[in-house]
Amino acid sequence: MNVVLDNAGDIALAFIYTLSLFVVAGVLSLIFGALLAAARVGPVAVLRKAAAVYVTLIRNTPLLIVIIFFRFAGPKIGLTFSFVDIRVADIRLNNLYAACAVGLIVYTSSFVCEALRSGINAVPLGQAEAARAIGLPFGGVMSQVIMPQAMRHALPPLASVQIALLKNTTVCGALGVFEAFARMRGLTNDFASARTEIFLAFALIFVVLVEVLSFVAYRLERRWRIA
Amino acid sequence: MRTMKLRAAAATVLLTALSGTLAACGDAGSEGEGVDVQAEEVEDGKFEDGSRMAELAEAGKITIGVKYDQPGLGFKSATDDIPTGFDVEIAKLLVADLGIDPSDTSAVTYEETISDNREPYLEAGRVDLVLASYSITDDRRKVVGQTGPYFITGQQILVGADSDVESIDDLVGETVCSVSGSTSLQNAEDAGAVGAPADTYSQCAEDVLNGTVEAMTTDGSILLGLAAQNEGELKVVGPEFSEERIGVGYSQDYPEMCEWINGVLTEAYEDGSWAEAFEATLGGGDVETPEPPALDECPAA
Repeated sequence: MNVVLDNAGDIALAFIYTLSLFVVAGVLSLIFGALLAAARVGPVAVLRKAAAVYVTLIRNTPLLIVIIFFRFAGPKIGLTFSFVDIRVADIRLNNLYAACAVGLIVYTSSFVCEALRSGINAVPLGQAEAARAIGLPFGGVMSQVIMPQAMRHALPPLASVQIALLKNTTVCGALGVFEAFARMRGLTNDFASARTEIFLAFALIFVVLVEVLSFVAYRLERRWRIA
Repeated sequence: MRTMKLRAAAATVLLTALSGTLAACGDAGSEGEGVDVQAEEVEDGKFEDGSRMAELAEAGKITIGVKYDQPGLGFKSATDDIPTGFDVEIAKLLVADLGIDPSDTSAVTYEETISDNREPYLEAGRVDLVLASYSITDDRRKVVGQTGPYFITGQQILVGADSDVESIDDLVGETVCSVSGSTSLQNAEDAGAVGAPADTYSQCAEDVLNGTVEAMTTDGSILLGLAAQNEGELKVVGPEFSEERIGVGYSQDYPEMCEWINGVLTEAYEDGSWAEAFEATLGGGDVETPEPPALDECPAA
């Protein structure tokens, strides 16, 4: 374990990148995915169709291709993220980071949308009709009546989507963000004699992170359960 | 029937010509065809009985681990039978010394080894030798045998043609691309630059071209190849700020191979075939052929 301990600083920094990608992409994909879900079940036909097309297109495309689009095709058509340059101590969030984060958000949103839609579908239609009957507009029906119930049903699939996102961040390691996967490859190259330990250490950290996430999701599930 | 045959022949000619032009497209500019190395006669008693060299010469088959994606060192385009580059040329010399014809693909397998699987392949015996821009390091010597170096290279910087970056010191705090997991990327980080890991060197070059990153860094020889592919748009700058000693990897199960490899290399240094290999791949044009580097002593068996 010496190699892992000797490089604990680098490894910690790498996981900070991983986690920051996860948090940024996680929060924004939840917001964007919720908007998409609202569009998909909403009364405006154009939005409904547009959201359906978005989900069909993005959900059926491999993540790598989505991110490569923002990393390599984007700059060719003038879509750069050069305005992003945030420095916090050793953390540097630059244009590459932004491109990767956007790719993750775009991709994950389609899954969030579908998870939420499954939750919405689980709410009996009578709920929506009753809410309409008391005069709530669409926004009110969604935010006051449907979504709170839908979230309960959607929580388990949403947790799965977010767990997948946490592991998907490793794709960025090959596309310009120095996160855990890139760091692991650096270490396995430099310390050929300690590869097994390095692999195990990184796998273990990922298991722990996902376990924490699962635990939080489980607690939320318990708390929101209808008595 | 006859016309059919003629047509088939014409198609073959066309295909050959086509593959020729396609291969030319994949060339990195400075790359030539490589040197034609002839197999040497192996007399009885050249290799000690029971040694690995004797076994290989007897079997007439050998597997060499090379890179497929580094123009100038080890590069294989989709239409090539045998990869090209300096590593491959040195491999050919070693193969020829065993009495095996280096251009006979049924006897010599040039297996692709990426950075991460060079040691595992040697340990498992999947390849007999590794010549894959394989830097000699103490840590690697714990798990495999390494001897040489047959080439010494240093890390430089590749920037856009209009950039005013002159050395790695100008890149402190800037984003510098290199292949994920490589020593070059580590060195750039140590020098204060922000490392941007990529999957391939060409991906880095693409990023430099479209301005996504400031610069890329790796061995000067690879950068020269990339700059030649994008002439007028990219340039190689700066003094070399690291030293990589490129050597031959062999399995620790066969320590006797070290003396043999050093012997072949020494011979190649003396009879000029080393310089010839260099000129055919990395050198040529206005690149000066360097002095061959001094070889490490083999560990006492």
